[in-house]
Amino acid sequence: MTAAGILSQFLQAGLALALAPLLVGWVAMCRAWLANRSAPPITLPYRTIRKLFAKDAVVAHNASPIFRLTPYVVFGAMVCSAAIIPSLATEVPFAAAADAIALVGLFALARVFIALAAMDIGTAFGSLGARREMFVGFLAEPALLMVLFTASLISGSTSLPSIVDTLAHRELAIYPSLAFSGVAFTMVSLAENARIPVDNPATHLELTMIHEAMLLEYSARHLALLEWASALKLLNYSCIGLALFFPFGIAGGDGDWGAIALAVPALVAKLGAGGFALALIETVSAKMRIFRAPAFLGPAFLLAVLAMLVHLLLGS
Amino acid sequence: MAVPTLGLIGAAIVAWLAIGTIGLAAQTRFGFVSRGLFPAGAVAGLVLAAGAFCAVGAPPQSAVLPLGLPDLPFHLRVDALSAFFLLLLGVAGAAVSVYSAGYFRESEGAAPGLLCFQYHAFLAAMALVLVADDAYAFMVAWEAMALASFFLVTTDHRIAEIRRAGYLYLLIAHIGAIAILLAFGTLKGGGDYTFASMRAAAPSPGWATVAFFLALAGFGAKAGLMPLHVWLPEAHPAAPSPVSALMSGVMLKTAIYGLLRVTFDLLPAQAWWWGVVALALGLASALFGVIFAAVQTDMKRLLAWSSIENIGILVAGIGLAILYKAYGKPVLAAIAMTAVLYHAFNHALFKSLLFLATGSVLHATHERSLGRLGGLAHKMPWVAALALIGVLAIAGLPPLNGFVSEWLLIQAFLFTPTLPQSFVNMLVPLAAAALVLTAALAAYVMVKFYGVIFLGRPREPGLAYAKDAGRWERAALAALALGCIVLGLAPSAVIGWLDPVNALLVGATPGPGHWLMLAPFGEERSSYAPLVVLAVVGAVVLLTIQIVHRLWHGRVRRSDPWDCGFPLQTPRMQDTAEGFGQPIRQVFEPFFRMERELPSPFDAKPRYRVRADDPWWAWIYLPIVRATEWAGRLAGRLQHGRISVYLTFSFVTLLALLAFVR
Repeated sequence: MTAAGILSQFLQAGLALALAPLLVGWVAMCRAWLANRSAPPITLPYRTIRKLFAKDAVVAHNASPIFRLTPYVVFGAMVCSAAIIPSLATEVPFAAAADAIALVGLFALARVFIALAAMDIGTAFGSLGARREMFVGFLAEPALLMVLFTASLISGSTSLPSIVDTLAHRELAIYPSLAFSGVAFTMVSLAENARIPVDNPATHLELTMIHEAMLLEYSARHLALLEWASALKLLNYSCIGLALFFPFGIAGGDGDWGAIALAVPALVAKLGAGGFALALIETVSAKMRIFRAPAFLGPAFLLAVLAMLVHLLLGS
Repeated sequence: MAVPTLGLIGAAIVAWLAIGTIGLAAQTRFGFVSRGLFPAGAVAGLVLAAGAFCAVGAPPQSAVLPLGLPDLPFHLRVDALSAFFLLLLGVAGAAVSVYSAGYFRESEGAAPGLLCFQYHAFLAAMALVLVADDAYAFMVAWEAMALASFFLVTTDHRIAEIRRAGYLYLLIAHIGAIAILLAFGTLKGGGDYTFASMRAAAPSPGWATVAFFLALAGFGAKAGLMPLHVWLPEAHPAAPSPVSALMSGVMLKTAIYGLLRVTFDLLPAQAWWWGVVALALGLASALFGVIFAAVQTDMKRLLAWSSIENIGILVAGIGLAILYKAYGKPVLAAIAMTAVLYHAFNHALFKSLLFLATGSVLHATHERSLGRLGGLAHKMPWVAALALIGVLAIAGLPPLNGFVSEWLLIQAFLFTPTLPQSFVNMLVPLAAAALVLTAALAAYVMVKFYGVIFLGRPREPGLAYAKDAGRWERAALAALALGCIVLGLAPSAVIGWLDPVNALLVGATPGPGHWLMLAPFGEERSSYAPLVVLAVVGAVVLLTIQIVHRLWHGRVRRSDPWDCGFPLQTPRMQDTAEGFGQPIRQVFEPFFRMERELPSPFDAKPRYRVRADDPWWAWIYLPIVRATEWAGRLAGRLQHGRISVYLTFSFVTLLALLAFVR
């Protein structure tokens, strides 16, 4: 554990907190451009969050403590996962406390809490959202784990920094197992972050919403934290994807200050490109019916399993 | 000085039997039975746990009791494996006894004294199963356990459904017992029926295989392994909740103990393909169990199906351990085995906790159907808070205990590419996929369980009168929840403590742990530090609360739910249990035997009904029933009711026998 390691650890968590709303704003901006609309300012998510923090929280009469605790737990889990994903440097001391499986566990913790909170008020939309979220989750979570397993098998470790270290130092080539994993991961990320084609972040149309349905009863600071947490989730998924499939520019574990300084603009550039790709996918695809979701996520799971088999068969 | 561990354990068993007998004598004195005898039973449980705790690391102790038939004394022995399961029994048994002290009501079911006798006889029989050191004592204890639990299941024997459940349970328990008896017979070899001579017998690979599969069938029937699981979702809900907790939390583990004892201790070597079979059966059970749990509408039945899932995970882990051991990778086998043992203990804690919580809900509301519950978090805050810990633990979420065993098992799975056979190398990652799918579905099931019972608004007006559990019940729930937390936060200590058990079973131990960090293969390979994770998440939560309240404010206004501004809301608009399970029913439709009743468009009173049943009934059980009936009818033709015909039959039989034997 070096000073650079601790610094990059805090830098990484702080940067994630700061950049997450920007990424959401950037994706919204790209979507607007691609749809030939005039774009909202990129700082809109920050302003929304600030506005929400200033408001009075309105809580239903029959809300239990779970309802009020959930925004904090979800936010905490997301910050914690942002701290273990090696997005800037592979020397992140905290990553030893939680490996790739624990990362998925943290995501699951957030999901279960938010689903429970959605059921807490006892509204029709809340339980609908909770059911759909768990439904998407039970298909997406195994697929994500399988993607991470493939990467773990390649590197012989489930610790995220070692995985990224191994992947970054292989020679540049197209590995079939990683290609399959990449497709599966993209599909899972779309579903998990409530994006088209599984969910639509821009709609409040009752019949189609998943993520928004669970947040309907939240207001003010609770809503702000949940919005920030979901922005962080998008950033976390992007960072996992970038670290697994484009691990270039991430500083190695030798405490090199210059490399860390260079990693920041590299990360921002990669996120910018990734955000644009996300907006592009969302623009060219249509939202599917909720019961088509298995037809979307089932193949993602199978692709991830296939990736693992391909790795075992071909050793690449 | 060596602790007389076997003495302590024996004393606890005798104490349980004595308490049961006193209860039988004091039939009518309800207060004495519930407030005096059940807590005394809990103390005996703690004594047993203390003895077992000391016995894990100590050398085995044995004794011979001059009980039973002449020349067939009972051999008792405590080694690390029995001690581990005895500890599980002692801890869970003590908690359930404390709970029972506050649970049983005077007017319910059987007489309290009788119940007290059956309950303590059940506990004592389970402990005897775990210390038995010869097949004879084992089978006597095993049957005593089955009988005691049968009578406990049929406590409310006036209800026909419960009688039926009890009958089914007894039937399958006996089919299993026959298989176990045959397994012991196969293992016996030349010597007698003590486990020591079975160990020395060294059967040929063919007979070893026969013995293993008989044991798998016999213990699988008791554990609820597919396809012998059908009794479990009937019997567990039928029993009173503390009994369900004991059966699910502890009795199923005695079957796991038996399987481990036969496979890893009595049999000298294991074949790799046994592991593949166990892995496949276990994962099929796990997946099937969790899918069925997702569509249940009765809270106890949901938990029973979830037990089938967990037993499946345990058997899959055992299969993996067999595989690794057969391929000469004892350290990997030790990690798989650690995951199995850890999960067995975890399941005893959280499943008992949840069954006991349903007992409190049942007492407060007289309702088992999820469709008539809801909103109990406000009326029963203690039960709701403690059940939440159990739910998060069983859903396998960090930093609780369920996640630790899941993590260990996944780690064990991820090491297969080192095996020599490429077929198995392919198979095991697929198994890992099934395992993670099961784990994700378990979270679905538990959100449904908790959300429908405790959250939302009450679905029936009567729920407004529900009262929180009493002091005894709360204490037991709190103790079990504390166990879930401790096992979740301090895995390294527990795993280090398990070393003697692993050494006995697979001849190796996982790598030395760090007190803070779980890293069975070394930190560069994988590591998990639950305390650090909890500290970081907790610190972020507290900091966020502080910062938000300092920088802005902490004002809260209470109001009606918003619900998109829709004014007419009734509790009926929430998801029911059926509604919440519907996506699963749709996705996994081929797994169910569906029975649908759809209304016609011209129906004045349209009615929609759908039932999702266990297809194993149609696949296996009904054909067997039909075949039996057919054979019975065929045999019935012999019956004429005329003595002359019967005498002719006897005469012909005699002639035939004479012709053969001569």
